[in-house]
Amino acid sequence: MIETLKTLCCLSGPSSYEDQVRDYIRSRVEPYADSVRVDALGNLIVFKRGAKAAGNKLMLCAHMDEVGLIVKSVTDEGYLKFGCVGGIDRRILLGKRVTVGEKATPGVIGLKAIHLTTAEERKDVPKLSDLYIDIGAKDKDEALAQVELGDVCTFVSDAVEFGDRMLKAKAIDDRVGCAVMVKLLEEDLPIDCTFVFSTMEEVGTRGAFGAAFSVTPEVALVLEGTTSADIPALKPERQVCWPGKGPVLSWMDGGTIYDRELFQLLRDLAEQNGLPWQMKHYLSGGTDGQAIQRTKAGVRVTGLSAAVRYLHAPNSVCSITDAEQMLALARLFIRAMAER
Amino acid sequence: MDMMNDLTRLVSAFGPSGAEKEISQVIEELAQPYVDEISRDTLGNLICHKKGSGPKIMFSAHMDSIGLVATHIGEKGFVHVGALGGVDPKAILYTPVRFQNGTKGLVCRNLGVEVEKLKVTDLRIDIGAANREEAEKLIRVGDPAVYATPTEQMGNRVASPYLDDRIACLVLLMAMERLEETDNDLYFVFSVQEEVGTRGARTAAWAIAPDYGIAVDVTMADDQPDSKHAATALCGKGAAVKVMDRSLISSPALVEKLMALGEEKGIPVQRDVLQSGGTDAGPIQATRGGVCAGGISIPCRYIHSSTEMVDLDDVCACVNLVRAFAASKLEK
Repeated sequence: MIETLKTLCCLSGPSSYEDQVRDYIRSRVEPYADSVRVDALGNLIVFKRGAKAAGNKLMLCAHMDEVGLIVKSVTDEGYLKFGCVGGIDRRILLGKRVTVGEKATPGVIGLKAIHLTTAEERKDVPKLSDLYIDIGAKDKDEALAQVELGDVCTFVSDAVEFGDRMLKAKAIDDRVGCAVMVKLLEEDLPIDCTFVFSTMEEVGTRGAFGAAFSVTPEVALVLEGTTSADIPALKPERQVCWPGKGPVLSWMDGGTIYDRELFQLLRDLAEQNGLPWQMKHYLSGGTDGQAIQRTKAGVRVTGLSAAVRYLHAPNSVCSITDAEQMLALARLFIRAMAER
Repeated sequence: MDMMNDLTRLVSAFGPSGAEKEISQVIEELAQPYVDEISRDTLGNLICHKKGSGPKIMFSAHMDSIGLVATHIGEKGFVHVGALGGVDPKAILYTPVRFQNGTKGLVCRNLGVEVEKLKVTDLRIDIGAANREEAEKLIRVGDPAVYATPTEQMGNRVASPYLDDRIACLVLLMAMERLEETDNDLYFVFSVQEEVGTRGARTAAWAIAPDYGIAVDVTMADDQPDSKHAATALCGKGAAVKVMDRSLISSPALVEKLMALGEEKGIPVQRDVLQSGGTDAGPIQATRGGVCAGGISIPCRYIHSSTEMVDLDDVCACVNLVRAFAASKLEK
């Protein structure tokens, strides 16, 4: 599990450029799947038969894409001006390494030198429009020989285990969900399951919208990485959830009120099997659940997430134990669905 | 049906967005005598069907209400909250609330924040607990709460929590009771999760695939002191026929049809142009290949506060307009 997660985190896959992630997952799961297809939006849809036939009744979903940057213009000096793909806090961008485009041209996010700034400017975080990517080009022409307008950029960050079973990496949101699904696919399942590795979640749950429409499940389990803020400066009610305290069970967020009965089922399963669980103590964010729930005549959705610090930043942190417990709880959930 | 009695039952039934079980049971019981079939779908929409061989008409009134939801319990026993739907924190300060298990509370605030700058996350519910431990015996994170304000008749008007949209639920029930003979295939949907983004009507409309869709909801009354004129309907001037809101521009032919029906049947009607807020009509219109959709609304003052107000003559006008449209001759 942990090696799979580390490998997945290091792959590049900003929204709608998920190819690397999709190719890797496909190669991992194809030997275990009964059918594998990629739809028009790039979703990887994997069906695996279980001991009990159920057709498309149960769907699991995790998104492959991550947040990134996109090149909007090139200055005469050869610097790249960029926009954000998905929600990025500009405070985390300064001085970070990125790769640009399919050729993975190395770059670094630069900024006006400190001696040129006013005291007033130094008090504030620079605006996105003041930042640029330096790819070492001497002028515009040389830059354009390396990159094109519209090229997407990925953060450069390795996956490192540290401290008390913690993992530092980029894109833990949502490679942790992908890793759980890859591991589940390797197992014998008690019931037919459709696994959707979705695209474009970070720009508005767009991939899952199409995938849920074609799959039309009755029940969907969304596996996610969710924001945690258990840092010393914040009061407990603003910390949201806590890495190391177990999988986060979804009950409500900015996009979905999750199925109450399935929430209770997950909670009971966790308690009966000695797994810790937690709820978010602050309403924020959204998941593919919002697109899946409102598909056709409606789908019952529930969710399991890992609490992730510094979500959407080049260096996110989660608990490896949480990820393993997510896998265990997802497995129990599938079994409970088979017993219905 | 006894109008005030049924209204009191409807507004006091628990049913914030996502937890509509109790209100749906009350409506089911009231609707039972008037329709052929009642069902619930995946999201919990209550669908009452009066069968016919003609065009399919879907009326939708949402049964969910706005409210608060517990997100965290502080050390001193104050409950931190999030919003279920469009909650104006200033408008609900010191409102009594209740949880589904009967626990009562009072909306108060974090005194460290100026009232003008108050956000929902600065609100707390005081449930009379001495500390966290005591509070946790009464409620849990994730439990929703609703306003527990009284329902009173004032002149020809009624002041009550949750007229948005229980008054429209009453309009549909009263219309169902007095339906005229028709071939039209009638669906009366009491939808869920409207207040968090018209989520229920979307899936109900998909399943029903109607030819015509009418959202029955409240609309902002433009007759409050120093009104900003973001709406056009006036209390006491009849059923408001929706021309547009933020979620749709009604099918023009449907607007004309409803206005003409009002004229023909002597039902007071007024045109309703609403520049804020959406209704179930939006997702109904955009279902599948598109649906001829519009709305019939009850003008309402103080929408989304803990006490809203409507005029009872407007309610009756809406009932009659729903009845007239339900029995009207329509093309498939």
